[in-house]
Amino acid sequence: MKYLERGYLEADELPPFPPEERINSKKPVAYIECPQSIPCSPCYESCRFNAIEMENINDPPKVDYEKCTGCMACIRVCPGLAIFMLQVKEGRGYVTLQYEFLPWLEKGDRVRLYNRRGEEVGEGVVTWALKPERNDRTQLVTIEMDKDLIFEVRAVRKR
Amino acid sequence: MRLESHPIVDFERGKEVTIYFNGKPIKAYEGETVAAALYAAGVRVFSRSFRFHRPRGFFCAIGKCSQCMMEVDGVPNIRTCKVYVRDGMQIRTQNSKPDAENDALAIFDKIIDTVFPHGSHYKKFNKSRKVREFATKQMRKLAGFGNPPKSIPDIETSYEEIETDVAIIGGGPAGLSAAIHAAKYGAKVVLMDENNYLGGQLIKQTHRFFGSARHRAGTRGIRIAQILEEELRQYENVDIRKETKVFGIYGKDVAAVQKDSKLLRVKAKKIVIATGAYERTLIFENNDLPGVYGAGGVQTLMNVYGIKPGNKGLIVGSGNVGLILTYQLMQAGVDVAAIVEAMPRIGGYFVHAAKVRRLGVPIYTRHTIVKAFGEKKVEGAVIAQLDDRWQVIPGSEKEIECDFICVAVGLSPAHELLYHVNAQMKFVPELGGLVPLRTRYNETSVDGVYVAGDVAGIEEATAAIMEGRIAGIHAAITLGYGGDEAKKELEEAVKDLEDFRAGPFGERIVCGLEKCVLEKEVMI
Ligand SMILES: Cc1cc2nc3c(=O)[nH]c(=O)nc-3n(C[C@H](O)[C@H](O)[C@H](O)COP(=O)(O)OP(=O)(O)OC[C@H]3O[C@@H](n4cnc5c(N)ncnc54)[C@H](O)[C@@H]3O)c2cc1C
Ligand code: SF4
Ligand code: SF4
Ligand code: FES
Repeated sequence: MKYLERGYLEADELPPFPPEERINSKKPVAYIECPQSIPCSPCYESCRFNAIEMENINDPPKVDYEKCTGCMACIRVCPGLAIFMLQVKEGRGYVTLQYEFLPWLEKGDRVRLYNRRGEEVGEGVVTWALKPERNDRTQLVTIEMDKDLIFEVRAVRKR
Repeated sequence: MRLESHPIVDFERGKEVTIYFNGKPIKAYEGETVAAALYAAGVRVFSRSFRFHRPRGFFCAIGKCSQCMMEVDGVPNIRTCKVYVRDGMQIRTQNSKPDAENDALAIFDKIIDTVFPHGSHYKKFNKSRKVREFATKQMRKLAGFGNPPKSIPDIETSYEEIETDVAIIGGGPAGLSAAIHAAKYGAKVVLMDENNYLGGQLIKQTHRFFGSARHRAGTRGIRIAQILEEELRQYENVDIRKETKVFGIYGKDVAAVQKDSKLLRVKAKKIVIATGAYERTLIFENNDLPGVYGAGGVQTLMNVYGIKPGNKGLIVGSGNVGLILTYQLMQAGVDVAAIVEAMPRIGGYFVHAAKVRRLGVPIYTRHTIVKAFGEKKVEGAVIAQLDDRWQVIPGSEKEIECDFICVAVGLSPAHELLYHVNAQMKFVPELGGLVPLRTRYNETSVDGVYVAGDVAGIEEATAAIMEGRIAGIHAAITLGYGGDEAKKELEEAVKDLEDFRAGPFGERIVCGLEKCVLEKEVMI
């Protein structure tokens, strides 16, 4: 549980990555970084495809990448901001994350990209942004970036 | 310093009014507390300590620490964080001349301090009783508790007696839930809360909650407060009294003051105490400087009144409260310099820590705050690393640039009313302090008196809601309401709560609860 000394996960603590074919497919796939046993389960309860496995409310969620359709129901509700939708399309990487800061993001905005430790790792462009009022003010935003960055980038800020 | 926009909250400000602070006009908005309005206007020194005349700011913002006491419209010792502004209101600082900001008496303290170093008055005047009594009296005078009111306040007063099945004290998640579930089965309920809103701590929790979807996880705390209130308002057998402070319980009679002018006597068959908790403080050099605030105090200021607490904060404590507060500060456009945590690891949920970590906030585990510095308010802090024996490692001190410090080191149950009924109490560290013994249905050692929520042990809103449900249903059943249906729901509620506490985060709570099980005949 070294991650609790730091506040971020290192490579060897991350959940297994989705298979490459799944990442390269038409729909994004949910990648959940929620390793600790906490009494929380809205992601599990929101998934109509039973793609999230959880024995009981304290069990950390595990995604069955074969079953995940990329519907984004889970990422809308996660109070831990711990779910990221990943996809690679035509050689470019896409990460969808929850965003709750002003100014709200809009399609076309350039953003700074940050990794789990809060270090700036590059720049990206917003390709899709759910209006905040559509999801009780938690925006969902998709950011286009270098494809190698999709396992790194976990936060963005407007330039 | 007032926030005009915020990602989550729309601040609806009332009509503009003018209040007078030591004679100086200040703009405020109806619905704001005096303390919030003063803070927004840049006032940081609210009072002076009796010894040393040290400047004091607000701390808790929920009426429980006394740091914000001032004279309001001629009435001394008013907790300004609990009274709302009115046009033309006159507010004066106490215990200082000419005012708290520029206290002339402070210079004498420096001299007094050399003659009577800190704590010496405990030893100095103990030789003879006469001397001690005389000295104590003089010291009391010096302490200054404002001036006695000069005239009888010009207000109309009244008295009301209410008979009810269940009296509920506290309108936080626990009290609301108890009221809903007792009313649902037909019991007559009176719910009292000292605030002018219901929801307790929830009204400043702008983040989405944990738990199961069935218990509204993924929903923001502020919305949960609204949902519970709407649910409660469906029942006609509930009498809601806001701005009503309960000051005593005499047998089964609950005594309260409504809107400062009406005395209430609520004759109840059952009582649910759901008074929540106090914020704890921490010992370090200069921890009394204005700018050292309780986490909840900052949350109230920022999320309820839309007032920025400062530009850059230091957070002490990495429990969920500290982590969430950090995120909320950033949402309000306030920088957070760092989070310090004395334990070797982060106390709250990892996901909350990850949220702020990736936005660049450093979290220093095995670190503590050594001191705050500044003249009249916080201008910075020093933190240092701790060794395995919790001692500061010399040379590890680091200066942190900040203009306020949030102490988020936990809460203690607000248990005063439990002593009025003479409930059996026990000190249980896992539950945050002194808590009452209780049955599995949350009844205390006093027949018909229940507890629910933080007052029964510091936990979470979800647990508070479940405890309120249990207490409310049990109270209704024992009064003959509800029948088998109620009994079934009661068992379900007990089971739900057990499941909720089954994980590692619940272990501590369960361990604490085992120490205060009351083995009395439980009737359902
Ligand atoms: C920063 C922070 C973040 C939190 N985040 C979460 C979270 O994500 N999920 C979660 O589940 N929980 C969370 N909590 C915890 C949750 O807010 C509390 O556990 C919960 O509010 C406790 O409910 P309660 O009803 O016992 O007390 P409270 O909410 O404190 O309500 C008590 C009420 O009683 C009133 N009262 C007290 N004394 C009297 C009196 N004598 N007369 C009249 N009225 C009185 C008070 O004014 C208050 O309104 C958080 C708490 C904090 C501080
Ligand atoms: S994206 Fe949809 S299908 Fe995939 S895990 Fe989340 S809720 Fe289930
Ligand atoms: S909703 Fe989010 S925080 Fe809760 S268990 Fe699922 S991934 Fe973890
Ligand atoms: S009593 Fe007002 S700030 Fe604590």
